[in-house]
Amino acid sequence: MKIQRKVKYEEELDPDFSSEIKRASGCDEIDKCIQCGTCSSSCPMSVYMDYPPRKIIAMVKSGFKDEALRSFTIWLCPSCYTCQVRCPAKIKITDVMYALKRKAIGKKVYPSRFAIPILDREMSRLIAKYGRNSEMWLILNLYLKSRNPLGLLKMAPLGLKLMKTGRMSLKRESIKNKKQLKSLLSAIKEGSL
Amino acid sequence: MNGYIYYPGCSLKESARPYEQSILPVFREVGLPLNELDDWNCCGATAYFSVDDTMAAAICGRNLSLAEKTGKDIIAPCAGCFLTLKKSNKFLTGGQPKAAKILNDLKNAGCEYRGTVDVKHPLEVLIREVGPSALRARVRRPLAGLNVACYYGCQLVRPFTDFDDPDYPTTLDALMGIAGATAVDFTAKTRCCGGSLTGTIEEVGLRLNYILLKEAKRKGADCIATLCPLCQFNLEITQSKIIRRYHEDLEMPILYFSQLLGLALGIPKSDLGLSRSIIPLKSLWTKLGNGGAK
Repeated sequence: MKIQRKVKYEEELDPDFSSEIKRASGCDEIDKCIQCGTCSSSCPMSVYMDYPPRKIIAMVKSGFKDEALRSFTIWLCPSCYTCQVRCPAKIKITDVMYALKRKAIGKKVYPSRFAIPILDREMSRLIAKYGRNSEMWLILNLYLKSRNPLGLLKMAPLGLKLMKTGRMSLKRESIKNKKQLKSLLSAIKEGSL
Repeated sequence: MNGYIYYPGCSLKESARPYEQSILPVFREVGLPLNELDDWNCCGATAYFSVDDTMAAAICGRNLSLAEKTGKDIIAPCAGCFLTLKKSNKFLTGGQPKAAKILNDLKNAGCEYRGTVDVKHPLEVLIREVGPSALRARVRRPLAGLNVACYYGCQLVRPFTDFDDPDYPTTLDALMGIAGATAVDFTAKTRCCGGSLTGTIEEVGLRLNYILLKEAKRKGADCIATLCPLCQFNLEITQSKIIRRYHEDLEMPILYFSQLLGLALGIPKSDLGLSRSIIPLKSLWTKLGNGGAK
């Protein structure tokens, strides 16, 4: 067993993390958290999380940047907004989770091969390229990119049922004016640099 | 804005085709025929906001701009599209410098948006605008004896709570009552189905949907009425695995509320996408006492 220090010294924390997340999430109320735990007890996913939402907010407040960005918690948030509507301090917790996801993707510190961030990126990529998501292609890309061919194989019976009921096709969906979407997205990209 | 333009989103064209196939005839029946927004693009759902929120707001802005040109408000049956478009609309019209920059980029790309469009869910329009009495007058075949668990899920009622209660909404219960069915006291009505997690972490998806099915069964529901493609999909496709894992008979038809309402309005069975159900609907027809009726 390796003996490791379990507590961080203050100088190891990132004092700017809280304001960084406030800016990215558009939520200024993070400091108002009273650690009541309403969010964690409301969260349908907290039983699976490494840090429940209450802890994540405390970590953001105190500058535990690395831990927050590398946590599984942010990827397990299904955006059901239950915590957000119940928070007595009016902290937009779901929006904070989104901001953390974006930072983690930007810094490439999300758990690799973990299907959720891959799904988010693949879907965004499909939409940016074609203007529309095609469910079948999204699923195919998801299993390829997360290197899970077995998972894809397991999905086959369901895929067949969906095809039989006309609820899945190999057709690639696309908008007509892809040129317009492309110029819009490149203008947005330019401005954010 | 005058009238509504229909925004399908990706699901209603694929896995949720029965939703489109029932919502369109229902709206025709109540005198509000819907046309599809031309060249709409995907809303980006939760995915785009997890990757890039500026881009996410911009692609929603394109849809809002397309709708504005038609002079109509958006009607979005998918709860995910509804929330994403509504959230982006609030952001784009909120006056922040970041929003102003996006609006300017939209304008340069030929998608000027002045902020006049409202985003609505069909349930809201049916209850608030068509209204209970007009709906009641159109019910031709009441769903007498049918116990329905009304499942709202998350994104229709949260975080924007101007339409119904975020924890215990009742509009769908009221609508099913108008259709002649009995809405059971489904306490899990806004509990999460797992969203896309059901596809990415099976363990989580099975557990969350098990809780929903079990609660519906316990309350004596014959079927669950949904209003979101992902809720419907998750509850339907996880069923056989849930039954195998938990050794409980939890089989139950999972329908779109518009399919049930359509039946009550007297729209032929065959016009409501019911044949696309993966779960057999036999129990439903037995309950309604019209096994062979069209």
